[in-house]
Amino acid sequence: MKPPTDRSLALGAYVYAVLAFIIVPLVIVIPMSFSQNDYLAFPPSGFTLKWYSEYFDSRQWRAATWLSVQVALLTALFASVIGTAATYAMIRGRSRLVTAFQILLIGPIIVPHIALAVGLYLFFQTIGLSGTIPGFVLAHTVLTLPFVVFTMAAALGKVDPNLEAAAMSCGATRFQAFRLVTLPLVLPSLASSALFAFIISFDEPVVSFFLSGVRQKTLPRRMFEDIEQNLTPVIPAIATLLIVLSILILLGAHVLRSRSVTR
Amino acid sequence: MMKTGRSQFWHSDGRRLSGLSTLLLLLPFFAIIAFVFVYPILQLLVISVLEPHPSLDNYARVVENPVHTRVLMRTLWIATLVTALSVVLGFPVAYYMSRAKGTVAALVAVCVILPLWSSVLVRTAAWSFLFQRNGLINSALMALGLTSEPFKLLYTQSAVVIAMTHVLLPFMILPIYGALRSIPNDYGRAAAVLGATRLRTFLEVILPLSLPGVVSGSLLVFLTALGFFITPALLGSPQEMMISTLVSKQIREVLDWPFAAALVGVLTVFVTLLAIIFSKTLRFDRLMGNAS
Repeated sequence: MKPPTDRSLALGAYVYAVLAFIIVPLVIVIPMSFSQNDYLAFPPSGFTLKWYSEYFDSRQWRAATWLSVQVALLTALFASVIGTAATYAMIRGRSRLVTAFQILLIGPIIVPHIALAVGLYLFFQTIGLSGTIPGFVLAHTVLTLPFVVFTMAAALGKVDPNLEAAAMSCGATRFQAFRLVTLPLVLPSLASSALFAFIISFDEPVVSFFLSGVRQKTLPRRMFEDIEQNLTPVIPAIATLLIVLSILILLGAHVLRSRSVTR
Repeated sequence: MMKTGRSQFWHSDGRRLSGLSTLLLLLPFFAIIAFVFVYPILQLLVISVLEPHPSLDNYARVVENPVHTRVLMRTLWIATLVTALSVVLGFPVAYYMSRAKGTVAALVAVCVILPLWSSVLVRTAAWSFLFQRNGLINSALMALGLTSEPFKLLYTQSAVVIAMTHVLLPFMILPIYGALRSIPNDYGRAAAVLGATRLRTFLEVILPLSLPGVVSGSLLVFLTALGFFITPALLGSPQEMMISTLVSKQIREVLDWPFAAALVGVLTVFVTLLAIIFSKTLRFDRLMGNAS
């Protein structure tokens, strides 16, 4: 006889209730973004695209989005290059800096973002980086580096060091061996770490909140102000677009992972 | 340095980078972390003890003013509540996820991982729609006849706790899932062969072995919750601040930098100490969606 199934049924019901709690608030913004209601009442009524056109037609929203796109692209580039170089050095190098590296790596994850945000707000104001693209990019690079390093450490750790040694014994320099042998093997992981760095930077709210100037505001900062002050129905439209972006990023990372030989 | 030419690459030593290359590759990392992370935080800590004059007065203000101690206590309480709720909600999901196969497993994984990679602002905004006077929750309660008047949900502590639990839940589920997945299936089978009921197998084998995951997830949720800013700032009441919203107020409205620096100091030192004490159990690498 099988053990009674009502216990597992109860578990299943509980789990699906929790999953509904997780997913429903995300999904709910999608019908709201097409609602003709001006004041965000539930249930949504009718169908309109006017909130989307309000977003795309607004100079302020466009400027904030464009700033965030630039910052996120540069952050993805810097974080993946700096992170990969450091990870490679830690794995292949003869370094006594391992402990320092690990502590500094965990730092930006452990230390509350509000602390870093306030510290950078003060520091960047004195050196004129507040509200500038380089300022945002530097801050976001620090926040995304740990994620790049975790991804690249997993990938680089699986590449046999003998492959590079073999290439070098055939006359390749260290750099050639890396570029022609190791890099192609870890390229999918490198690309997915860049994707993750992009989305973390693009959605980063706290540091951006403090570093944004009166004129230079990232998309999350503009959204924060809108939600805080008047909560217009443009927010569900932007939220829907951001959810679609997250889905695309995760799909991209998934495809890259399934392509990866070092998986 | 007698070894010359290429022959050295056949020695195991030759697979290693030279000290200089290692240093050059690490330099950008250490430089950016030093200037954009370590320096600004240290500067705040220095300000908190040196300004307006060298003393611990700013810290005394944090612990002596009852308004501020209430903020500290509330922050600890909310973080504890969110952590406890996350364990209760998250453990069964992680357990179910570790047992599920095929499409069901993929579906559960998507439900857990997608929110992790979607904007905190999107999730907080969604809750502010749900909590509106005429939002989904009040509409549903009134339609069911449970209440005739809409409840005030927005700008309450409950709203902050619910939304923070929602945002932080994946940080609980993934480490527990990781711990559960690393338990070999044989253990459960062995217990069953030896005559243990399913409940007993769970209580005496699975649960103890999954505890490192629970501890790791709880710490992650608790530490993050202590410094959480966006959700309490948008959904909480201005009369019931958390430490991060108090910091923001000090900087943006009161312009009291030394006091804000002391608040940040209290938060940072506390969080860092906890992280050091539990450094063995914290597994950050499990957060990269390795679950899928």
